Amino acid sequence: MAALVIAEHDNKTLKDATAKTVAAAVQLGAPVHILVAGQGCGAVVDAAAKLAGVEKVLVADDALYARPIAETMAALILSLADRYDTILAPATTSGKNYLPRVAAKLDVPQISEILKVVSADTFERPIYAGNAIQTVQAAAGKKVITVRTTAFKAAASTGSAAIENVAAASDPGTAKFVGETLSKSERPELTSAKIVISGGRGLQSGENFKMLEKVADKLHAAVGASRAAVDAGFVPNDYQVGQTGKVVAPDLYIAVGISGAIQHLAGMKDSKVIAAINKDEEAPIFQIADVGLVADLFKAVPEMEEELSKLGY
Amino acid sequence: MKVLVPVKRVIDYNVKVRVKADQSGVDLANVKMSMNPFDEIGVEEAVRLKEKGKASEVIAVSIGPAQASETIRTALAMGADRGILVKTEGDVEPLAVAKILKAICDAENPGLVITGKQAIDDDSNQTGQMLAALLDWPQATFAHKLELGDGKAGVEREIDGGLQTIEVKLPAVLTTDLRLNEPRYASLPNIMKAKKKPIDEKSPADYGVDTTPRLKVLKVSEPPKRQAGTKVKTMSEFLGKLKEAGVL
Ligand SMILES: Cc1cc2nc3c(=O)[nH]c(=O)nc-3n(C[C@H](O)[C@H](O)[C@H](O)COP(=O)(O)OP(=O)(O)OC[C@H]3O[C@@H](n4cnc5c(N)ncnc54)[C@H](O)[C@@H]3O)c2cc1C
Ligand SMILES: Nc1ncnc2c1ncn2[C@@H]1O[C@H](COP(=O)(O)O)[C@@H](O)[C@H]1O
Repeated sequence: MAALVIAEHDNKTLKDATAKTVAAAVQLGAPVHILVAGQGCGAVVDAAAKLAGVEKVLVADDALYARPIAETMAALILSLADRYDTILAPATTSGKNYLPRVAAKLDVPQISEILKVVSADTFERPIYAGNAIQTVQAAAGKKVITVRTTAFKAAASTGSAAIENVAAASDPGTAKFVGETLSKSERPELTSAKIVISGGRGLQSGENFKMLEKVADKLHAAVGASRAAVDAGFVPNDYQVGQTGKVVAPDLYIAVGISGAIQHLAGMKDSKVIAAINKDEEAPIFQIADVGLVADLFKAVPEMEEELSKLGY
Repeated sequence: MKVLVPVKRVIDYNVKVRVKADQSGVDLANVKMSMNPFDEIGVEEAVRLKEKGKASEVIAVSIGPAQASETIRTALAMGADRGILVKTEGDVEPLAVAKILKAICDAENPGLVITGKQAIDDDSNQTGQMLAALLDWPQATFAHKLELGDGKAGVEREIDGGLQTIEVKLPAVLTTDLRLNEPRYASLPNIMKAKKKPIDEKSPADYGVDTTPRLKVLKVSEPPKRQAGTKVKTMSEFLGKLKEAGVL
C-alpha cells in the first residue's frame, strides 16, 4: 500500500517542509501520495505534483480547509486512511497538532519527529532533547509518523504526478479558527535559511535585536532566539529555537549572548558550522561551537556589521 | 466545572542524561526527577481558574511508578484538590496514557483537561491530542493564553508563524506552551496542607487499558558528539574562520 504525506502550505505556496517529508516517505519504498487540503490552492497542487517520487496528489479544495484546524484535518485524513498504510506529516506546529488525533483514532502510536528511516518499519527519533537517539520498530498495521524536516534533504521538483479530487469530510463543529497574528519578515524562514543568527538574554532588549537584524540582512540570514529572549518579550514566540521551539540546521548558526543550555542546543546542534559570541569564556555554548569569539556583544556585533560591509556584503 | 491536569514524573530538566553502555535506555538511577515543566504550567493554569471561581475542583493525575505520587503531591501543594495515581511499571506510551485519561474523564466528567504540550523525556507531543480524539472533544494545543467563556474557550496558540486564536466548545483538551503562565512555588504551609489531601491509587486494569508498548525500542544510542573548535579574540579572526569554513 502507498504512503500519504500531508502537505503544509498557506494556499499560495507549498512549504519546503513538505518536500522534506516526501523525501522521508520515498525511503519507505512504497508509492507516495500527497494530500493538499486548502481552498483555492491550485499553485500548491501544481508544486506538489512536481515533487520527485510523488505518484498522485489528492486535493480537497473546500472552504472548510481555508484555515484548517486539527479537528477538520483529522476528519479528512481519516476519511482517506483506508487506502494507506503509512501517513506522514512534517513535525511543524500544524503536523503536531492534527496527526496524533489521526493516530489515536486508528488506534496506533504516533512515531514523533523521525530523524532517519532505517527500514520500512524502523526509525530513529530523538528523546531527552536529542541527548539520546531511540531506534524504534513499529508493529504490523498502520504507521503514523511526523518527520523532523532538518534531517531530510528536500525532494527535487522534477516529477509530474496525477491529480485526484477528494471530497471534504464533515466538520465536527466543535472548534473554529478565529484569527492569526503572523510575524512578517522579508528575511528567509528560520527553518530553511542557510544562515541563522540568534540572540539570547545577553541582548537585554528587543531594541537591541535590531543589531542582529542588520547583520542578518547583510547575510540573508534568518533571526532566531533563545527561550529566555522570547520569555522576556524581546522577540515573538516563533523565533524560539530549541527542544520545545523550532529545530534548525543551517550551514551557519551564530549564537549571540546565548549560554548554550541543553534545551537550546537541541534545536541547533545539527547546524553545519556553529559560531558563538559570548563574553563568558566558560559559557557551555563554546563546548560545541566551531568558532567562538569571547567578547562583549555590544562591541562585537556592530563590528561584525562594519567588517562585513568592508568585505562587500 | 472540574479541571483535570495530567502530571508526568520526568527526569529534571537540569540533568544531563547519560545513555547506558548496553544501549537499553538512559540511566535513571539516582537521577533527580521532577514534574514535567509543561505540566507545572498546566497545574498553575488550573489553580488560577479555581482561584477565579471558574473551576470547582482541580484533579491531578499521574500514570507511573509509586514515586509519581510525589509529583502529584507537588501539584497538590500548588493548589490542586486531589490526586489519582495510576500505578504502572515500565514505560507507558502516549496512546495508552491517553486511553487511561479517557477512562478517567468518562468517570469524572471534567469540563477541561490541561496537559503539557510535550513531556521532556520522550518528547512525543501527542498525549493531549490523542486524548481529545478518543473523547471526540476539540483541542487547543500549544496554549499561550486562555480565555474561558460560557461553554466555550478562546485560546491563543503558539504556532510556527506567530500566534493563532481559535475557539473551542467545552469540554475540551488544552495543551500548555511556555508562555501561558509562570508557575508558582508551593509555600511551606501549602506543602504541609498537601500531605492531607487525598490520592486515589488505581491500576491500568481498573480502567481496562492494556499498557503493553506497541513500539519496540531496538536501542537507545548516543547522538554524534560535536567537538569544541577554536576560540578567537577579534572579529576579523572570527569572520576569517567562517570564510575558511566556506560558510560566508
Ligand atoms: C521545559 C523547558 C523547555 C525549554 N525550551 C527551550 C527552547 O526550546 N529553547 C531555548 O533556547 N531554551 C529553552 N529552555 C530554556 C533553557 O533551559 C535556558 O534557560 C535558555 O536557553 C537560556 O537562554 P539564554 O542562553 O538566552 O540565557 P542565559 O542562560 O541567561 O545566557 C545569557 C548569556 O549571554 C551572555 N551575555 C550576557 N551579556 C553579554 C554581553 N554583553 N556580551 C556577550 N555575551 C553576553 C552570558 O554570558 C550568558 O552566557 C527551556 C527550558 C525548559 C524548562
Ligand atoms: N505518564 C503520564 N502521566 C501523566 N501525564 C502524562 C503522562 N504521559 C504524558 N502525560 C501528559 O501528556 C503531556 C504530553 O506528553 P507526551 O505526549 O508524552 O509528550 C504531558 O505534558 C503530560 O501532561
